[in-house]
Amino acid sequence: MTDAVMIPRATDHAVRWTGTLLVAAVLAFALLGPLAVPGDPFAQSLLKALAGPEAGAPLGYDHLGRSIFHRLAHALRLSPAIALAAVLTAGLAGLILGTLAAARGGWTDRVLVTLADALLALPGLLLVLIVLGIVPGTALGFWAGLSLVLWVEFFRLTRAATRDTLASPAVQASRLLGFGPAYVFRTHIWPEIALMMLTTAAFGTATAIMAIAALGFVHVGMRAPTPELGLMMVELLPYWREAPLALLSPVIATFALLLGLTLSAGSRTP
Amino acid sequence: MKTLVTRGIQALMVAVLIGAATFAMMRSLPGDAAYRIAAGRYGYDNVDSAAADAVRDELGLGGPALPAFLTWLGDLLRLDFGTSLVTGQPVIAEIGHQLGASLALAAVAVLLSLLIGPPLGIIAGLRPGGALDRVLLVVSTGLKAVPQFLMALILILVLSVQFRLLPAAGHGEARHFILPALALALGLAAVNARIARDAMARIGAMPFYSFARWKGLSPRQTLLRHGLRNVSVPLLTYLGLQFVTLVEGVVVVEAVFGWPGIGHALVHAIFSRDVPMVQGTALFLGLSFVLINAVIDLVTARIDPRRAA
Repeated sequence: MTDAVMIPRATDHAVRWTGTLLVAAVLAFALLGPLAVPGDPFAQSLLKALAGPEAGAPLGYDHLGRSIFHRLAHALRLSPAIALAAVLTAGLAGLILGTLAAARGGWTDRVLVTLADALLALPGLLLVLIVLGIVPGTALGFWAGLSLVLWVEFFRLTRAATRDTLASPAVQASRLLGFGPAYVFRTHIWPEIALMMLTTAAFGTATAIMAIAALGFVHVGMRAPTPELGLMMVELLPYWREAPLALLSPVIATFALLLGLTLSAGSRTP
Repeated sequence: MKTLVTRGIQALMVAVLIGAATFAMMRSLPGDAAYRIAAGRYGYDNVDSAAADAVRDELGLGGPALPAFLTWLGDLLRLDFGTSLVTGQPVIAEIGHQLGASLALAAVAVLLSLLIGPPLGIIAGLRPGGALDRVLLVVSTGLKAVPQFLMALILILVLSVQFRLLPAAGHGEARHFILPALALALGLAAVNARIARDAMARIGAMPFYSFARWKGLSPRQTLLRHGLRNVSVPLLTYLGLQFVTLVEGVVVVEAVFGWPGIGHALVHAIFSRDVPMVQGTALFLGLSFVLINAVIDLVTARIDPRRAA
């Protein structure tokens, strides 16, 4: 919000790096964990229900005797994959539409802004829920719904920054020299918004992962056998006393992932 | 005046968007929508093909999508939401029934967050870089990374399962408010505090603020006369935008705590594909956002007349 009394630059840098490392650590666990300890996230063995950690299942077993380690790794691939796909789609759409609105102005601008404002008035989770009701397939629905929610932020930022840049003397000079829109975008607009887009993408990914987990937790997101962060938590909640580690694993993983994303976005308030 | 027109257009667009989304949802329901609606209207035992055909003709469900969509939107704009497919009650009555519980919860949560967040933020903002400022930054960053449902889960585990201090679910008594409201308030307060802190730090560094101290006002008088009013503007604006977060939180937290409110109803409606109910609730929430922000526009213009110009 303010540049006058912000945290020093060096600290900000360190914070971003800590966040990035945290995210990298969680993703490394998700991608490499199952390679180090092979196992099946769906295989049940009721004899081992809620049993503690052992060599084949370093985080113990859940209430149906499935390895928490492998379910967690699977869940930590699923949510970030959907979130990333949604953020990429939303970012691209926001970038294109935002630049278009700023460059064309007039009715294009007015219609797009009105649409974005209307979407802004609706709670994101609600939109995702409605899209989940329309689109067949939960993962696809999440991707479509989250993209629909997230593009607005990218659009607003791109439009605001692009408008300022387009009015600058540098761009006017470029145009007078006969450079086309592609050149102007590449040399003037993109460097101006790149960092901002990255920050927004980090926040957007966190929002998306939160949404998937929250809907899983209240039983309206991913369906039962799929390992998903929120779903794992609600499944393991009743066994909190018998197997605290089983419940804590997804909780800690989710927190680490979200904290990492928030930190990597930098210390600016959203 | 101009902002009110903009808000009016926003409200209209919200209605059209919700209409389009729920219409698509209705069309994509498995099975014949006419039978479903007929069942909703006349009861499951009284549905036959004649009743379904009557509904189909009336709503234009059999025909091309466009006229049907226009009829659908027309109903929506006349605020005719129809009846719930599940209970058979008019949607308006259902929403009115559930609204009270949600409003009470949301109000308590916002109040709680305002009691926790801004005072801490203002004290921290008076000394940027001080001990409290640093601690607050760490705590609020940590809290922001905890989704509301996780906060609810942690509060339930710690306060009601482990220490048996408070009930984990239930509704009606004052103590039932504490956990769900706290789960919502902590997340809101984390952001409130940062907004208040940034605003206070910015205003505290301005020349007019230093001048107020220099002309002999005590720190307390300076804060009360010159600080608070300026801090309240970004805080209020942000509170309006936070309404969306609050609603999302209410939906999730109500589902977790079994709170009989609008969010709980929404989750159930989605679960059973009760489209009129989803439509009514979504429209109600969207329009509330527009209304609240229109009010906040007016209030901030009053507090800070520079904005009205």
